[in-house]
Amino acid sequence: MTTIAELPPGFADKVLSAQSTFRSVMDAMARPGSVQRIVPMAGAPGPMMRGTAAIALTLFDHDTPLWLDARMAESSDVTKWLKFHTGAPVVQDSSIASFALISDGGALPALERFAFGTSEYPDRSTTVVIQVDSLAAGRSFELRGPGIDGVATLQASIKPFDLFERLHINEALFPRGIDVVLVADDAVVAIPRTTRVVSKGS
Amino acid sequence: MNAPAYNFAYLDEQTKRMIRRAILKAIAIPGYQVPFASREMPMPYGWGTGGVQVTAAILGPQDVLKVIDQGSDDTTNAISIRKFFAKTAGVATTTATDEATVIQTRHRIPETALNENQVLVYQVPIPEPLRFLEPRETETRRMHALAEYGLMHVKLYEDIARFGHIATAYAYPVKVNARYVMDPSPTPKFDNPKMDNSPALQLFGAGREKRIYAIPPYTQVVSLDFEDHPFEPYRFNAPCALCGAENSYLDEIVTDDKGGRMFVCSDTDYCEGRQAAGHHGSLSAAPYKDKAQEAANG
Repeated sequence: MTTIAELPPGFADKVLSAQSTFRSVMDAMARPGSVQRIVPMAGAPGPMMRGTAAIALTLFDHDTPLWLDARMAESSDVTKWLKFHTGAPVVQDSSIASFALISDGGALPALERFAFGTSEYPDRSTTVVIQVDSLAAGRSFELRGPGIDGVATLQASIKPFDLFERLHINEALFPRGIDVVLVADDAVVAIPRTTRVVSKGS
Repeated sequence: MNAPAYNFAYLDEQTKRMIRRAILKAIAIPGYQVPFASREMPMPYGWGTGGVQVTAAILGPQDVLKVIDQGSDDTTNAISIRKFFAKTAGVATTTATDEATVIQTRHRIPETALNENQVLVYQVPIPEPLRFLEPRETETRRMHALAEYGLMHVKLYEDIARFGHIATAYAYPVKVNARYVMDPSPTPKFDNPKMDNSPALQLFGAGREKRIYAIPPYTQVVSLDFEDHPFEPYRFNAPCALCGAENSYLDEIVTDDKGGRMFVCSDTDYCEGRQAAGHHGSLSAAPYKDKAQEAANG
């Protein structure tokens, strides 16, 4: 039984740490495939990586329903930490979640189970934060789309292996769709719904 | 009692989180207007409350802020917003385009090319390009959902039928990433080509209308036109009277009541930079004055 006093801490400086983390995430979203570093660190509970924890403290609050994958939801450290530091409600129904936190990419549910937004309000979609093994080594991917000057190359070790194939649904759905944020420790890469990814093999 | 009365950059943290989430969605859906819970700011609507909120949400202590109003660093609006952030966030401010990391603008894009490390924040009065054609929000929202933009082409066509050319000179509609038709805010259409494939991130904030939208870097932005009436940027056919620039956007200044006028760069930083580099226009007095001074001293 963890008490509040034993929970990992939040940001040392709430205001400036959140600002710095947001700029990293904003730059990642504006330049898909580029690896951004999250500098300010907070304590990270259980299976949550440092980068994910910083993103949670920066973007989550009582207005953002969260969906947690099984490994996150099973950890009482994670749920207590999120509740104490962000106040964000954890929901069982992934289709109403603003954010989904995935620590076990292999068990990522079908993307159809998240919110795509509507044609009138495509912004009412789930942003899926997936923790991955590495954003520096692994298979190569070619990315094209807004925010990319020509072609960007991403080297990453990602589960599920077919993530980018699954994200092809964004092409047909646009402007509806799923935005993905990949986190590996303190590194973050965003794949917004406009990015088209081609796997180049290993 | 030396405790600061306001949070860093004025806005409270919950508001910043809400705006930051809206900015991320706006970047992910280029040209789409994301609704946000715009706050009342310590300045009236029409003075850039939307741009100020976006700037407040992204600004950090390392940033260098530049604020322009119609290209000028020296007007009331620009100075008051620059002072507002110098006071509430303690950030460094500048008037030099190439030194700034965040540039808040009212109705111009700087002449100096922007780079990847810069964010351009526009103040937007009416974010909905279809608003004057269709007053109902429910309908314009459906038109965007269906990418039904025929009405906008009819409007441009009516210009041609009436005036012989597309007479829209500012807030000239653009299509972003081949999907959303977007209002570039009341910038002169001269600036439209600068939005296309820009290395800098462009964010738009409309405070009264409660919308945020964005153009990511390196994104296609096309001004709407017709094959037989292609888009043409407009500028007065004259060099700048102060720096002699032939390619900058010009303001017309009436100098007397007998038809006298001069044309000067609207971008004051660009114009001053050129003058400092030794470029002169037909009405620039400074260098001659200096020479006279030198002659008198010598």
